[in-house]
Amino acid sequence: MATDVHRPVTTKAAHAVRVEGLTRSFDGRPVIDRLRLDIRPGEFVALLGRSGCGKSTLLRILAGLDRDIEGTVLVPRRKAVAFQAPRLMPWKRVWRNVLLGLPGKPERALAERALDEVGLGHRTTAWPKTLSGGEAQRASLARALVREPDLLLLDEPFGALDALTRITAQRLVGELWQRRGCAVLLVTHDVEEAVLLADRVLLMDDGVIAHEQRIDLDRPRDITDPRFAELRAGLLRRLGAEAA
Amino acid sequence: MSISHAPPSPDKADISPVSGPDPALDLVPVLPASSRRPHLPRWLRRTTGPLLLLALWQLLSGTGALAPDILASPGRIAEVGADLIGDGSLTSAMGTSLQRVAGGLLLGTVIGTGLALVSGLFRIGEDLVDAPVQMLRTVPFVGLIPLFIIWFGIGEAPKVAIITLGVTFPLYLNVYAGIRGVDAQLIEAGESLGLSRWGLVRHVVLPGALPGALTGLRYSLGIAWLALVFAEQVNADSGIGFLMVQARDFLRTDVIVVCLIVYAFLGLLADLVVRTLERLLLQWRPTFTGR
Repeated sequence: MATDVHRPVTTKAAHAVRVEGLTRSFDGRPVIDRLRLDIRPGEFVALLGRSGCGKSTLLRILAGLDRDIEGTVLVPRRKAVAFQAPRLMPWKRVWRNVLLGLPGKPERALAERALDEVGLGHRTTAWPKTLSGGEAQRASLARALVREPDLLLLDEPFGALDALTRITAQRLVGELWQRRGCAVLLVTHDVEEAVLLADRVLLMDDGVIAHEQRIDLDRPRDITDPRFAELRAGLLRRLGAEAA
Repeated sequence: MSISHAPPSPDKADISPVSGPDPALDLVPVLPASSRRPHLPRWLRRTTGPLLLLALWQLLSGTGALAPDILASPGRIAEVGADLIGDGSLTSAMGTSLQRVAGGLLLGTVIGTGLALVSGLFRIGEDLVDAPVQMLRTVPFVGLIPLFIIWFGIGEAPKVAIITLGVTFPLYLNVYAGIRGVDAQLIEAGESLGLSRWGLVRHVVLPGALPGALTGLRYSLGIAWLALVFAEQVNADSGIGFLMVQARDFLRTDVIVVCLIVYAFLGLLADLVVRTLERLLLQWRPTFTGR
């Protein structure tokens, strides 16, 4: 039911991301090779692949951080990234970190609202060094969300968290996405996480999207659901097959 | 053996096969650390050593084992110090010396930081500035005193110039290294947040270079005093160094020691200033330990 909240957004534009014939080479060796990718507005897409397959490179390209590319890449003007490491500026208090880079003179209340949304309202004036790993990651998420992005890029944001914190953070991301209705590209190596959150799971290999899997399970999803297990097993099999 | 076992139950219904003669364990109390500390407070213990040394010095001077023209006694030094302060000669000398250091420090900070910003922030600046600075850095600045006297005469200018030169290089090196050492991941994060080039410099690069800059400032201060001592012992007609040169001519070891103490005191004071700056500016640091 909650999934429906962001569906109307899809009528605004046909694509939130449009990539065609994208090639990115390092020293003449293509890491991304004539890749094609479309993401609908409001769609949650997970990008899976073993390490070194180019999935993080693709995310960096979409974020505009890597421009040594050939091909067509169309992304929304308003986009935000949350990295695996929270990458908060240690010399700025949390709320200043959240507002960093916003145009004009944004008010502190704006940061406080965003921090409230991720459950960090009580740590607005803390120094980043005093945050726990999970808190820092949530602050980083608040910093991304305060930009009201049409595209949210998540680069293994739960990778460095402990198992319990990760579950909480995954649930939080799912809720935020349903509330905000932005398109999300989640780069991860965790198949379960991908199946749990995404509308569509992409497997990347050899510089292209090698496989695509729609996830039509109802939300919130239950990892003990046999269909869930089946999807996860199928994806794992594919990943294993491609690794061989 | 394992202490994770439950204690044997009081009733004797013990079914364990190793009940045997029940060896009473020899328990040793674990004393809290506080009960083992001596009662003397730490500051008292730490001041005892220097005070003992001072007493020994006074004793050697008192018995005549240490002649006054080798080294004056602590009592004599205190007396002379009071006299020098009383007639105003020490305070005026200190004022002159402080002025020289402040001038050199200011000039050196501006030049060192300025050059570091140019070569740290711009590729072309690095190409133009870094090589010559690294070359000049290897010249021992004290060796330039004769040249500076020829250029600037024997007034204040050569003294300030020597201090400036000594201050510039450590600041340059540390600010430059600080700028180049800023975490590339943070810069990338700043970029992804939409910061402009100037915004990146202001919000990411400069705060990131601040710890390095303060380290540089500390080095610079140390060198500034060293440069001052050198500069003032050549052709000075005022200042602490001049006081020392004069005292040397009259074999006044007491005055020399007073001047050395003043130098040390000023150095300590400068260090305190930097420490305070660090405490105020670097409280965000994960490794920060002050309060």
